[in-house]
Amino acid sequence: MSEQQRSRPAGGGFGRGHGPGGPGMVMPGEKAKDFKGTLRRLLSYLRPHRGQILAVIGMAVLSTIFSIVSPKIMGKATTELLNGIIGRMRGVPGAHIDFDYIWQIVMLLLGLYVISSLFTYVMQLLMAGVAQKTVYDLRRDVNDKLGRLPLKYFDSRTNGEILSRAVNDVDNISTTLQQSLTQLITAVLTIIGVIVMMLTISPLLTLIALVTLPVSFLAIKKISGRSQGHFIGQQRNLGELNGHVEEMYTGHRIIKAFGREEKSIQKFDQINDKLYDSAWKAQFISGLIMPIMSFIGNLGYVLISVIGGLLVTKRSMEIGDIQAFIQYVRQFTMPITQTANIANIIQSTVASAERVFELLDEEEEVPEAAKPAELADVRGDVAFEHVSFGYGENMLIEDMNIDVKMGQTIAIVGPTGAGKTTLINLLMRFYEVNEGRITVDGVNITDFKRGSLRNMFGMVLQDTWLFNGTIRDNIAYGRIGATEEEVVAAAKTAHADHFIRTLPDGYDTVLNEEASNISQGQKQLLTIARAILADPSILILDEATSSVDTRTEVLIQKAMNELMKNRTSFVIAHRLSTIRDASLILVMNHGQVIEKGTHEELLEKGGFYADLYNSQFSNGAAQEIAG
Amino acid sequence: MIKVFRYLKPFRMPLIFVVVLLFLQSMTELYLPTLMADIVDKGVAQGDTNYIWRIGLFMILVAFGGIAASIAASYFSSKVSSGFGRDLRSKVFGHVERFSLEEFDKLGTASLITRTTNDITQLQQVLLMMMRMMVSAPLLAIGGIIMAMSKDKTLSLVFVIVIPVLVGAIFLIAGRGIPLFKLIQKRIDRLNLVLREGLTGIRVIRSFNRTEHEAKRFEKANFDLTETSIKVNKIMAAMMPTMMLVLNVSSIAIIWYGGLRINNGSMNVGDLMAFLQYAMQIMFSFIMVSVMFVMIPRASASAARINEVLDTQPVIKDAEHAEKASEQKGYVEFQNVSFSYPGAEQPAVSDISFSAKPGEVTAIIGGTGSGKSTLISLIPRFYEADSGAVLVDGQDVRNLSQADLRAKIGFVPQKAVLFTGTIADNIRYGNESASDEEIEHAARIAQAADFIAEMDKGYEAEISQGGNNVSGGQKQRLSIARALVRRPEIYIFDDSFSALDFKTDAKLRAALKEETRESTVIIVAQRVSTVKDADRIIVMDESRIAGIGTHRELLETSEVYREIVYSQLSEEEIA
Repeated sequence: MSEQQRSRPAGGGFGRGHGPGGPGMVMPGEKAKDFKGTLRRLLSYLRPHRGQILAVIGMAVLSTIFSIVSPKIMGKATTELLNGIIGRMRGVPGAHIDFDYIWQIVMLLLGLYVISSLFTYVMQLLMAGVAQKTVYDLRRDVNDKLGRLPLKYFDSRTNGEILSRAVNDVDNISTTLQQSLTQLITAVLTIIGVIVMMLTISPLLTLIALVTLPVSFLAIKKISGRSQGHFIGQQRNLGELNGHVEEMYTGHRIIKAFGREEKSIQKFDQINDKLYDSAWKAQFISGLIMPIMSFIGNLGYVLISVIGGLLVTKRSMEIGDIQAFIQYVRQFTMPITQTANIANIIQSTVASAERVFELLDEEEEVPEAAKPAELADVRGDVAFEHVSFGYGENMLIEDMNIDVKMGQTIAIVGPTGAGKTTLINLLMRFYEVNEGRITVDGVNITDFKRGSLRNMFGMVLQDTWLFNGTIRDNIAYGRIGATEEEVVAAAKTAHADHFIRTLPDGYDTVLNEEASNISQGQKQLLTIARAILADPSILILDEATSSVDTRTEVLIQKAMNELMKNRTSFVIAHRLSTIRDASLILVMNHGQVIEKGTHEELLEKGGFYADLYNSQFSNGAAQEIAG
Repeated sequence: MIKVFRYLKPFRMPLIFVVVLLFLQSMTELYLPTLMADIVDKGVAQGDTNYIWRIGLFMILVAFGGIAASIAASYFSSKVSSGFGRDLRSKVFGHVERFSLEEFDKLGTASLITRTTNDITQLQQVLLMMMRMMVSAPLLAIGGIIMAMSKDKTLSLVFVIVIPVLVGAIFLIAGRGIPLFKLIQKRIDRLNLVLREGLTGIRVIRSFNRTEHEAKRFEKANFDLTETSIKVNKIMAAMMPTMMLVLNVSSIAIIWYGGLRINNGSMNVGDLMAFLQYAMQIMFSFIMVSVMFVMIPRASASAARINEVLDTQPVIKDAEHAEKASEQKGYVEFQNVSFSYPGAEQPAVSDISFSAKPGEVTAIIGGTGSGKSTLISLIPRFYEADSGAVLVDGQDVRNLSQADLRAKIGFVPQKAVLFTGTIADNIRYGNESASDEEIEHAARIAQAADFIAEMDKGYEAEISQGGNNVSGGQKQRLSIARALVRRPEIYIFDDSFSALDFKTDAKLRAALKEETRESTVIIVAQRVSTVKDADRIIVMDESRIAGIGTHRELLETSEVYREIVYSQLSEEEIA
């Protein structure tokens, strides 16, 4: 008999995570804000594969038709058998089973089955290509978009949030395209086809079978409505539990130090119990769908067996037709459960797509200048002219004017969280100024291509960023096409060469994902080497407070001084010597530049800087300065 | 995987219920076609309308029995799988909480989190699926075979051919597909890695103008993933059609050979119809099992990871007869202590000896990797000395219970860790019975009172997960307040002032001085200014003590110390 369980085409599904529950579960569907528009846009991604999709639909139609016709044909064979037997029992002369006829039917069926399977196969094959390529395009678009978004976007949300859109949501779409689309097509076709076939056999029986339909739908709706609450609860409790685990494990040292293991376990058990409660209820109630569906199916089965049997005794129906009809009724339940599920799946897919499209629609960086300026030789004069910057009402920088000549050092000082990175963001054009302009060698930085502007700068920040790759590749990141000698020379200047050579694989040592196989100080050295290799005209430095150890720091300081020679440097400064020797000090507090001038000027002024300096460096117990 | 399922033991009874109920349910599923065969053979063939009605009514009863059994089974299986998940989760979490830092280092925090959360959820789901499908599949298969044989033994021979073909096809296809599923997982991980690196390093990437390069890296990962996905899906595309074909062809074979047997009178038509339905049930159960086979490798990977956690025994355990804490307060002594991290070639600290008394400040300074943090981690017994002994209040830390030992210590880590909850909750973490006044006092000393006052709800302001809504310096100050409120005998500051600007740093140290008058203070630091006034400075160099003494003494005697000082202070400031 045919394909009661066309259900989940085996492809694709197993490698991915399903929501808790698995088949037969109805997960709470998230709602998209603009369902139609998003769906239309999602479909536009399928447009390049129009031909293949038409072919898929064609295949689906054909294979469904063939699989629907076959029970009816098989029923003919049964009818012939029964008639022959009944005839013989009643002693009708010449009654026999016509095996030639049955053989013909068998061969016809064989042909149909082979063709139907073949079509299903080709359909799945085509869909694999379509689904994966579509998702490939979508992922590429997302990544390209991320490359064009301004830093403001990344600063205003967590990486997890962005990743969840770029990975989980896209993944969700992929699974749906691979599995649910063909499922939906075949399910709908099967329902229609089966109804048509049933009608040709017996309108009366069809009526009986169809009565079970609304009952089934009602049952599914009712159950999924009830289970949704529990699923949401389960999801919430699971989230809470995961949060607790994450927090307790990352803070393990503290838990130990303060002897809070028991408390932490108590809280865990409390959440765990809540989770258990909502989990089993959710599983149980949604687990009811299958038995209830099959019960309703069985009821239909019984009714049809009985009424069909009566009809056959009254000779108004053939036995084979009943057999076929029973098969049709059985085929019915599956696609109905499926369509109910698919409705939810599609809803959550569209919600995912909407989140992805939201990302794709984010405002991009200001476009590059039409005729970008190029500097053949960068001197390194930097000027801020009437620069204002801020978000909304909250102006951080107002009418700032600075004039930095080539080779000068600018120290940026201020308490933690005073917004010292704001200046750097503006200089590197990570953020756009609201008013005024910033110039390099007299040219407005907005007239450069971002790329060529950033090539003028070299940046060494405290939070080091290295990628999963060899040490050599990480240093060479500073300049495309750097030779081996240049990489080693840069490492030597940064005093990194020595420690690199003590590693078992030297320059070929692969940094692991968190780069935790080298120390924080060593990481810092690598980023310095990277900046040295880049050989920029203007430097942005973040003086180390803690990560580089004091002895290495001497070496780094030497290297940095070397590097800073003849280069304009902006230094987020912590050491007094840097600050005092700076050509200009910018004092920041609460996100604003509150004072600027040289060390002497600022001391004389007797403002915030003087206060800071005096409290730090010249009275009381802590007379000495900090590094 | 079987090993993990030993935790199912408490659920023995409900599990037996599930099996019995599913058996009953399978029986009703199998019984219905038999009854239908009776309708055909006895009712229809003989035109007995009454019989048809009677059997029909009986069928409805059987169907009722079926649904009742399966609802009950669903009830028990939900309870068992959720209960199993709960117990295992609780077991793993409780176990991990006992781990020392060594086990955390070995297994990795991120990995431990996944093992406690996702892996267990995964197992729980598979268990549920198994109870829903895997239990009933063999029951249906065996029951189906028995029923089929009872209808017609000879025709049952069809199964002898069909089942091996079916099983062979499943193995052939799944065998090619499963390794690729693993590959897909790797490719997904790779894609995520590239994406995550692109996000965390966005400033660097843009400043080095390497957006193109990153796009190419992503492109390659994306392409690899897509290619493998297409390959897998193409292989798996053959699965369903093949199985359907086997199923359908065998049903034709049954009709044909059944027809022949009906012809020579050894079988009834109704029996043939029933036989066909049995055949379908048997094969579907095989397909169901094959689906399970695809799920099992994933689940057993999870199970193996969970087992690894449960099999890991914490290296550090309380002594069987822990000594009572002595009367002394605030004495720390190291006697020739050496310690190596597991697998490391060089010891992290080597032959360390010193002692500290209440009221004294001991500062430890030295280069990265010189062993400063390791040294102080030995005091609260986060790690255990390989040789020598660490004494607290005259007692070997190994002879004290961990709880007693740590109750004496106020520990401030290098990386400040806060927990979700209010600011007051976070400070109170150090001492649950602390009054509001004590908390405010601690916050004042830690120079945290000002910024707390600036917050909307003050001490009741919520800290978000990971403390992301406060700055690094604020986090450090709160974690200092947390240690202060404990009023411990021993303070340990592991480079805990690094995120503070010098003004705050200086104020904080001045205030601390008052507060810690009766305690031993041990400070790890990078800045000379922080350690300069200490009663004792320990200079660490390459895991060993390179010098002990006061600032002035060390300037005379220690080359290493001088080097550090000169790197930080200019000439006139040293004096």
